[in-house]
Amino acid sequence: MAYNLKEWSDRPERFVAGHRMCAGCGSPITMRAVLRAVHPEDHAVVTCATSCLEVASVTYPYSSWTDSYIHTAFENSAATCSGVEAAYRALKKKGKIEGEYKFITFGGDGGTYDIGFQSLSGAMERGTDMVYVCYDNEAYMNTGIQRSSSTPKYADTTTTAVGPENDGKQQYKKDLTKIMAAHHIPYVAQTTFITNLRDLHTKAERAIYTKGPAFLNVMSPCPRGWRYEASQIGEICKAAVETCVWPLFEVIRGEWILNYRPGYKQPVEEYLRMQGRFKHLFTPENEHLIAEIQEDVDARWEELLELCEK
Amino acid sequence: MSKKDRLSGNEAVANAIRQIDPDVIAAFPITPSTEIPQYVSSFKAQGKLTSEFITVESEHSSISAAAGAEAAGVRAMTATSSAGFALMHEMLYVVSSDRLPVVMAVVNRALSGPININNDHSDSMGSRDAGWIQLYSENAQEAYDNMLMAHRIAEHPDVMLPLMVCQDGFITSHGVENIVLEDDETVKGFVGEYRPDEHLLDPERPIGVGPYGVSPYYMEMKRGQTEAMCRAEAVIEEVSREFGELTGREYGLFEEYRMDDAELGVLCIGSSAGTGKDAVDMLRARGVKAGLVKLRVFRPFPAAKLASALKGLKALAIMDKTDSFSAQGGPLGAEVRSALYQTGVIVPAVNYVYGLGGRDVRVETFEEIFAELEKIADGAPAEAFRYIGVRER
Repeated sequence: MAYNLKEWSDRPERFVAGHRMCAGCGSPITMRAVLRAVHPEDHAVVTCATSCLEVASVTYPYSSWTDSYIHTAFENSAATCSGVEAAYRALKKKGKIEGEYKFITFGGDGGTYDIGFQSLSGAMERGTDMVYVCYDNEAYMNTGIQRSSSTPKYADTTTTAVGPENDGKQQYKKDLTKIMAAHHIPYVAQTTFITNLRDLHTKAERAIYTKGPAFLNVMSPCPRGWRYEASQIGEICKAAVETCVWPLFEVIRGEWILNYRPGYKQPVEEYLRMQGRFKHLFTPENEHLIAEIQEDVDARWEELLELCEK
Repeated sequence: MSKKDRLSGNEAVANAIRQIDPDVIAAFPITPSTEIPQYVSSFKAQGKLTSEFITVESEHSSISAAAGAEAAGVRAMTATSSAGFALMHEMLYVVSSDRLPVVMAVVNRALSGPININNDHSDSMGSRDAGWIQLYSENAQEAYDNMLMAHRIAEHPDVMLPLMVCQDGFITSHGVENIVLEDDETVKGFVGEYRPDEHLLDPERPIGVGPYGVSPYYMEMKRGQTEAMCRAEAVIEEVSREFGELTGREYGLFEEYRMDDAELGVLCIGSSAGTGKDAVDMLRARGVKAGLVKLRVFRPFPAAKLASALKGLKALAIMDKTDSFSAQGGPLGAEVRSALYQTGVIVPAVNYVYGLGGRDVRVETFEEIFAELEKIADGAPAEAFRYIGVRER
């Protein structure tokens, strides 16, 4: 069936209004879109790592989740989910539960790339029948915009402060999606909010309805950390894709598939210029830093093309 | 029909797990508890255990997976020691605050550093304030029996708290002893089924576990935990009484050994009690009025009952297999002196730190302690806190 945004948008919300996330934040867009992909007749248990999302969506005694939800800590959401999933298998085996349950875990880049990385890797390697969704906003936003291993090079964060002696984060972003593909799990994909959410919706559905472990990395910008106007989020995501900073691709049982190839690959400035966190790069003496970023984006893009064309 | 067998502590605990047959077991190997997940794996391979066995990549994940499973409405168990236990520390608080009655087999081993694989109580004592019920075992039989009682206590509607069953690493976990195993049906009947009212996998009533507990609610949640812990004492006594009627093996909050007319008393936890009882017998034969109290339940702490058991003593040794580094002794020392103060019982007491990192505790160690207690009873000043069995030079 052809993709129809209206049809998707008409599905009942499973992540509902009333949460305390900021205007222009990517995280709730990710939650709503991913959960729309759960078939209405199916149930889900959501596991959440400690994050902005966690503190802002389940502030006792309120909850924005219509499905069962569990949060235990920051670094262990995948392990927690694997316990829930094992319980489900135990009950299924004994005929004590009816209906279909889906297990979906959400973590930010802190809870995924960094502190929760071991737990994620373990749960994926064990073949847990779950989807891990990283809402990647490229820094520890909950504690106030500190760098993570997902923060891109030269971004200004509160622990990579820009000043006469420092140009922002000195290291490149970790390529987590690729690392997850190296786990040889059945489904890995990278996406963000473009094409009327078609890419995100279809990948979420594929991830949720793939038997076994699946990993979805969703660039989910943060207006406070990236310093943009709330209304600009869609344009930023589009620029990330058009500049090939954040390519859309999926790895289905080892097969690399590029989902979108820009007709004209825009220079990386187009993406960087929209965000206050890169403001310091736009001075004559820092032109070489942008060139360096461009070089890295190009190299990673070529590498991806090679994997997808194999 | 129960049967006699020769088993190590780890084997005994693994057999209890097999008989309980929990829905989910998540574990990561660490000396000296490694054998427990090994037995679980072989029981599963032989079709003797139906549990889902999650072979996690760390102890932090084993307790996290157990939390997830328990929140999903099933029985979840794990086992660990020492560094693995310490890695769980953060999660122990989460599990108790979420009121998830996870049962964990702890094989006590010293914490690093320096790294050491032998027994003391620094691991479980280090998390004594995490909101878990703590049962300690003197030998393999007690470890087995405590495991059989664990779920009945933890899952009791008045309690709903996680529970750890502790035994001494190597001394108990690897020492082979004659023990009595109850038959599988008896165990199943005693332990019963677990059906929590609320859980994640109820399609009619989805729930949220682990919300952000803001200041207007956090303190009430903690109060709920502490009230449950207060109620746990009576539940432990009730379940232990029922277990005694079933098996003939009786347990209280603590065991009093030759304490009726005792003037000199030793209070200790775990396997050392066996050695201490031998020393008491020898001293009794010489006419010394020696006695011993072995604490089984450290959390909840049975302060009033323990103080009353120690009331008639002329001198008391409180034995800690860990140091709190408070410059005042160990955790048992602090708790017991507080209990005595609270109940107005005045007994001259020395807090001995002993047996750290597997340092041998022998009958002679207890004889030395009783000799010191004798002097204190005769009016010599009592040193509040000291090490014993340590090289002074």
